[in-house]
Amino acid sequence: MHERTPASPQDDKSRWFQQIVLPHLDAAYNLAAWLTRQPADAEDVVQEAMLRALRFADGCREATAKSWLLRIVRNVAYDRLTASGGLALFADLNPDDPDGSGFTTDAFGGTTEDPESRLLKDQDRRQLDRLIALLPLPYREVLVLRELEELSYKEIAEVAAIPIGTVMSRLARARDWLHKAWSERNG
Amino acid sequence: MDSLTCDTARRLLDPSLDGELEATTQLAFDAHLAACAACREARAGRLALIEGVKSQTRRHTAPDGLRQRLALQLAAAAPPPPSTALPSRRRAWLTGGAWASSVAALAASLMLFLATPGQQDSLDRDLLNAHLRSLVPDHLTDVQSTDQHTVKPWFNGRLPLSPPVPNLAGDGFPLVGGRLDYLDQRPAAALVYRHARHIINLFVWPAAGTAAQPPHLDSRNGYNLLQWSKDGMAYAAVSDLNRPELEGFQRLWEKSAVDNDAPAPR
Repeated sequence: MHERTPASPQDDKSRWFQQIVLPHLDAAYNLAAWLTRQPADAEDVVQEAMLRALRFADGCREATAKSWLLRIVRNVAYDRLTASGGLALFADLNPDDPDGSGFTTDAFGGTTEDPESRLLKDQDRRQLDRLIALLPLPYREVLVLRELEELSYKEIAEVAAIPIGTVMSRLARARDWLHKAWSERNG
Repeated sequence: MDSLTCDTARRLLDPSLDGELEATTQLAFDAHLAACAACREARAGRLALIEGVKSQTRRHTAPDGLRQRLALQLAAAAPPPPSTALPSRRRAWLTGGAWASSVAALAASLMLFLATPGQQDSLDRDLLNAHLRSLVPDHLTDVQSTDQHTVKPWFNGRLPLSPPVPNLAGDGFPLVGGRLDYLDQRPAAALVYRHARHIINLFVWPAAGTAAQPPHLDSRNGYNLLQWSKDGMAYAAVSDLNRPELEGFQRLWEKSAVDNDAPAPR
């Protein structure tokens, strides 16, 4: 009943959008929630991203629809965070600094933001969630895209607009940091 | 043969676990692990961390409210419809002026957004549109009552049929009210039930000459549509309820409807 021949973009953009893009709504929301760390902001980001996606649907291919949509979500989220000063919070951490200075658990103790109380409540069950929420944005997005959305390095590179080598190094450092933070908190 | 230093192996650890190494590099990595206990231990620790993150980290799912707002918003963003046949019919049929035209505009844009060919598709689309439209604030019911003896007579004179209106509150599906709707360019009764946070629209319309059909489930955009027909009437239950719950609702409703009275075309 629902078998359909593939439609050209002009044929029926809306229908195509529903079948190819909308199924990734949960992935879009998950990324937005992890980037903004606030459910209300995440909803706004996804709404805006979907409208942009509809507008630029011609640039989307079925095989890469998920990373295409996530890239839009990511851009909208960054725009919002920039506008609200959320990015400046991490600017002095210089997360690309290769010697890792500033990239320790202690470095996050002085931030004024309190993601725990907003997004993550249950202290024991949600400890990993809280640690990941503390990761600087560039590391958090790579980790979430890999572990939760199971994107390949190449797809992550496309979403985050960074080289594959940077995906690899950020992911490794995010995991190093998580491992260390986890060990410190759990003996 | 082990051709890697531990430093190199540690750099390959993550891409190896992520399945991102080329075959030859992966082989060299494996050979190093076979010879190096420290790197094996590092790998085990890393694997445990990755699996812990994958299994314990929260994957947020889009809230129902967002889904519904998106359906409406995306509809509004779509280009204007080429034909306004439906809105004009709606307007003639409905009595409320401004209300009718705003709903008609909304319906038309949703129609376009959800436009798909085929008769069944067209009906599915109508059903889903009607369901989504009912979720817009203040559009859920025309007659709001948990009393079946209020809702049922309300349809008299408004529709060429008198649907059974069982109240299934005792079974966890309280009646919320009733509404006139329009499907396949014909009026239909919409009975509104609630189950926890979920709204169920049960549409009933005459389908004379149609053979009885057992319930058939379709899914669209995260909504389930359960359709059946019987005794010259067509039925469709639409909700974001999951499939077993919606089917449970259908069985309860059928049973109670038979116990109460059969729908009587007038």
